[in-house]
Amino acid sequence: MKLRRSMLFVPGDNAGMLSTSFVFKPDSVMFDLEDAVSPQEKDSARLLVYQALRHPSYRDIERVVRVNELNTEYGMKDLEMAVRGGADIIRLPKTETAADIELLDRQVTRIEKECGRPSGQTRVMAAIESASGVVNAVSITRASPRMVAIALAGFDYLVDMQSERSGGSEPELFYARAAVLHAARAAGIDAFDVAYGDVNDMDGFMREVLIAKNLGFNGKSLIHPRQIEPLHKAYAPTAKELAFAKRVIQAAEKAKREGLGVTSLDGKMVDPPVIAHAEMVIMRAEAA
Amino acid sequence: MDIVRNAIAGTLESGDVLVKVSPSEDGTLTVHIESEVIKQFGRQIRSTVMETIKALSIGAATVVVSDKGALDCVIKARVQAGLLRGAGATDLNWKVLG
Amino acid sequence: MTALVKEIMRQAPGLRKLEAFQGANAHTPNLADPEVKLHRKVCGSLEEAIKRSGLRDGMTISFHHAFREGDKVINQVVNKLAEMGFKDLTLATSSLLNCHDGLVEHLKSGVITGIYTSGLRGKLGYAISHGVLPKPVQIHSHGGRVHLMQTGELKIDVAFLGVSCCDEFGNASGSQGKLICGSLGYAKIDAQYGRSVVLLTEDILPFPIHPASISQDQVDLIVPVKEVGDPTLISKGAARTTKNPRELLIASYAADVVAHSGYFRDGFSMQTGSGASSIAATQFLGEKMAQNRITASFALGGITGGMAALHGKDLIKSVIDVQSFDSDAAESLRKGGSHVEISADEYANPTSKGAYVDRVDVVILAALEVDLGFDVNVITGSDGVLRGASGGHCDVAAAANLTIVVAPLVRGRIPTVVSKVTTVITPGESVDVLVTDHGIAVNPARPELAKRLLEAGLPVVSIEELHRRAIALTGEPDPLKFLDRIVAVIRYRDGTVIDVVRQVDDRE
Repeated sequence: MKLRRSMLFVPGDNAGMLSTSFVFKPDSVMFDLEDAVSPQEKDSARLLVYQALRHPSYRDIERVVRVNELNTEYGMKDLEMAVRGGADIIRLPKTETAADIELLDRQVTRIEKECGRPSGQTRVMAAIESASGVVNAVSITRASPRMVAIALAGFDYLVDMQSERSGGSEPELFYARAAVLHAARAAGIDAFDVAYGDVNDMDGFMREVLIAKNLGFNGKSLIHPRQIEPLHKAYAPTAKELAFAKRVIQAAEKAKREGLGVTSLDGKMVDPPVIAHAEMVIMRAEAA
Repeated sequence: MDIVRNAIAGTLESGDVLVKVSPSEDGTLTVHIESEVIKQFGRQIRSTVMETIKALSIGAATVVVSDKGALDCVIKARVQAGLLRGAGATDLNWKVLG
Repeated sequence: MTALVKEIMRQAPGLRKLEAFQGANAHTPNLADPEVKLHRKVCGSLEEAIKRSGLRDGMTISFHHAFREGDKVINQVVNKLAEMGFKDLTLATSSLLNCHDGLVEHLKSGVITGIYTSGLRGKLGYAISHGVLPKPVQIHSHGGRVHLMQTGELKIDVAFLGVSCCDEFGNASGSQGKLICGSLGYAKIDAQYGRSVVLLTEDILPFPIHPASISQDQVDLIVPVKEVGDPTLISKGAARTTKNPRELLIASYAADVVAHSGYFRDGFSMQTGSGASSIAATQFLGEKMAQNRITASFALGGITGGMAALHGKDLIKSVIDVQSFDSDAAESLRKGGSHVEISADEYANPTSKGAYVDRVDVVILAALEVDLGFDVNVITGSDGVLRGASGGHCDVAAAANLTIVVAPLVRGRIPTVVSKVTTVITPGESVDVLVTDHGIAVNPARPELAKRLLEAGLPVVSIEELHRRAIALTGEPDPLKFLDRIVAVIRYRDGTVIDVVRQVDDRE
C-alpha cells in the first residue's frame, strides 16, 4: 500500500525547481510537461525531466510524469522519454474515455518491451478534466491493469462545465468528486482531489483539504511545497484514531493466530476492509 | 549530427544554464564557459559539456555556456537541447541521450 | 599659596606633588567665557572637528555600524581625511558593509593602511582579498573588539560616531531625532575607549537629552552634518517572513530542534541572527511558545522586528539590544520598558565581568560553510573572497547552552557542508546542531541531544552523510587557489589567532 497524500507538481522546464523539490518530501512528485511548459520549450523540458527521473535524489519519491496528450506532436515523445527514464506513473491529461487509457497502455507496453523494462512496471493514472471524463470515470478506471489512480482536475473541468469555484462547500465540484471517488473505489485504485491555485490562501486550501479527506480522497494535487506539510498534518490520524487502529491490527493478528476467520472489537466486526483501513491509518500516522 | 543553425536552450535563472549553439566557422569545436562557480566547478562543467557534445557525435560547433550554478544533470539536458535544436533534429536517439 | 603648599609637603612629604590654587577657572578655561562654556564642543565643519581632534598621520580612527547599509558617516569622514592629506591611518570599525565600497580608493592611495573590523563585504572585501592593503586586516568578533581595546592592542585615537541626535554637550541617542537607528551598543564602547570622541549628527536637540546612550562626559566634539545615513535604507520595517519554501523548511526544522532540545521551557532565553531562515524560525518558535504557554525571559541580539513583535505579545519578557536590525526593533527600543540597550561589553566581551551571551540558552545562527568538524565559516565566500562578518557568531556560539546553525545544504551548486571550511570563524566545539533542508546533524559531543531529536521524529543524520549528499548533488569542488600572502587575520574572541585569509589567486 502506497501513501498518496501529496502529489507535488513541478514544472518540467524549471531547472531550479527540478534540482531542489525533493527536499520537501511529497509522497509523489509530478514532473509536468503539459500545461506548465510552453510549446517552444517542450523539447528542452523533456530532456530535463529525463535527467530528474534518473537522479538519485528522487529515488525515494514516487515519480509521476504528466505527458502531453498522445494525439499532439509532443505526447508520444514524452511517453518514450518517461517510460525509458523510469517514471513510476504516467499521468494522462484530459482523459475522456477508456479508449484513451487503452491506447496509453498499448504504447507503454511497446516501449517497455523495446527498452527492456519489466512489462507492467510502468503504472498510469487518469486526469479527469471534463464532463465526458466524469461520466466515463467508471470505465476509465477499469481500462488497464496499470491504473493506480484517478485525479480530478478542477479548473479545466469547471470551464468545461461552464461553471466556476464558489468557495465554501463547493457544490459545483460535488458530483465530479463523487463520481471520480466511486469509480476509484469500485476499481480499487486511489483518488486525487483538485489542485488549489491560490498559494497564499492557506485557509481556503485547508477547507478544501478537509472536504476531500472527509469524502475519502487519498490525497490532493499540490502546486506549491508549502501546501505539503499542512496537508500531511490534516491526514494524520488523531491519537484516538491511531490507538483504535492499533487495536484493530492486534485483534486481527490474534484472530489469525487462533485460526478464526473474522473477529470483533468493541462490538464492531473486524473484516478485511476494516483491517485495510487500520493499516492506512497507521501508515499515515507514521508518515506525519 | 551537424549543427546547421543558431540555437539557444535554457535560461539565466538560478540553477540553470543558458546554452548558445552556432555552426562552427572553421570546422572546429569551440566551447566557452562562464560561471559564477568557475573556480570550483569550471573543470567539471567543461567536462560535462564536452562529454555531452561528443555523445551526440558533434564534431564542429561553437558552444557558449553561461552557468548559474546548475547541477551536472541540468547542464547535460540543456546542452543536449541546444545541440538538437541547432541540428534541427526531431528524432531522439534515447540510447545516446541517456 | 605657594607657601602653603610648601608647608604641606614639609609636614607630609609622602604626598603627591600638590599645586596651589590659581583662580576658579585656571584649569577650566572653557568656563571663563559663557558662550564657549556652553557651545564649545560644536564645530562649524567636519574639517574643524578633525583639526581640533588632534588626529595625526599613523593614528587609529574608529566608527560603528548601527546605521547598517544606510551609513554615510564612514565614507564622509574618510573622504574628508583624504582631502586634508592624512595618511597611514588605521581604520577600526565595528563592521564594514557594502555601502563602504568607496573606501577602496583610500586604501589604494595609502590614506588607510590598516583595518580592524568584524566584517568586510562588496568591493572592499574583494579589493582586500586581492591584496590592496600592505598589512593584513584584523578580523575580530563583536565581543573580541572590546577585549582588544581592553588589552590595549586597539588604541582608538579619534572615534567618529554618527548618532541620531545629541545635545550640544554630547548626550547622544539612537532612538530620538530624525533618523533613528536604535541601539548604539557598539558606539558606546568607542565613546568609552576613544581618546578623542567626535559625534556626527543631523539633529542637535535642546539640552539635555535623556536617556542618553553616549554621555556628555565622554564626548569632545560635535559636528552637525547634512546626512548621517540614508533613510530609505535605515527606516525599513521588519523584514517580511520569507516565502521561499526551502528557507521555511529549514526554519521549521530549527524551531522543532529548539522545541525538543530540552531547553524549551518557561523562562528560557534566546538569540537569533538576521538571516531569512533565522527570522522565520523566530516566528515558528513564537507560535510554539504561544501554544505551550512558554515565555522567554529574554531575547538577545541583534534584535529584529520579529523579536520585538514577540515581546509586544508578552512572549518575550525582556529584549536586550546591542544593535537594532530594523526600524520596528528601533521603535520598540524607543518605547523603552523592558526593551533595553546594552553595550558590546555587556553583550559579548569574553573578559567582561558579565556578558549576556553567557546567559543564553538557545541561539540560531547562519553559516556560509560548515565542515565535518562543525567548524563554521561566515566570512569568505565560495570563491575565497572576503564577503561576510565574524560578528557575534563565535561569541554567542561559545557561551550559549545550545548553538544551532541553519543553512541550505547546497546554495546553487555550492555545497555548504564541506570537508574543511575555507576559513574558521567559530570552532566546531562551540556548535551543537546543523539544520539544513536535507536533514539535521548533531555534534557527536552531544549524543543525548541527538537521541532526543531522533525520538521526536526529526531527520537526524551524521554530518558525514550530509556532506555525502551535498557532494552527490554538486560534485566535488576543485580546491580554491590562494597565494601565500596573508590578507586577513581571524582573531578569535579572546584575541588569539584562529585562522588566516590569504590573497586569492586568480591566475588561470
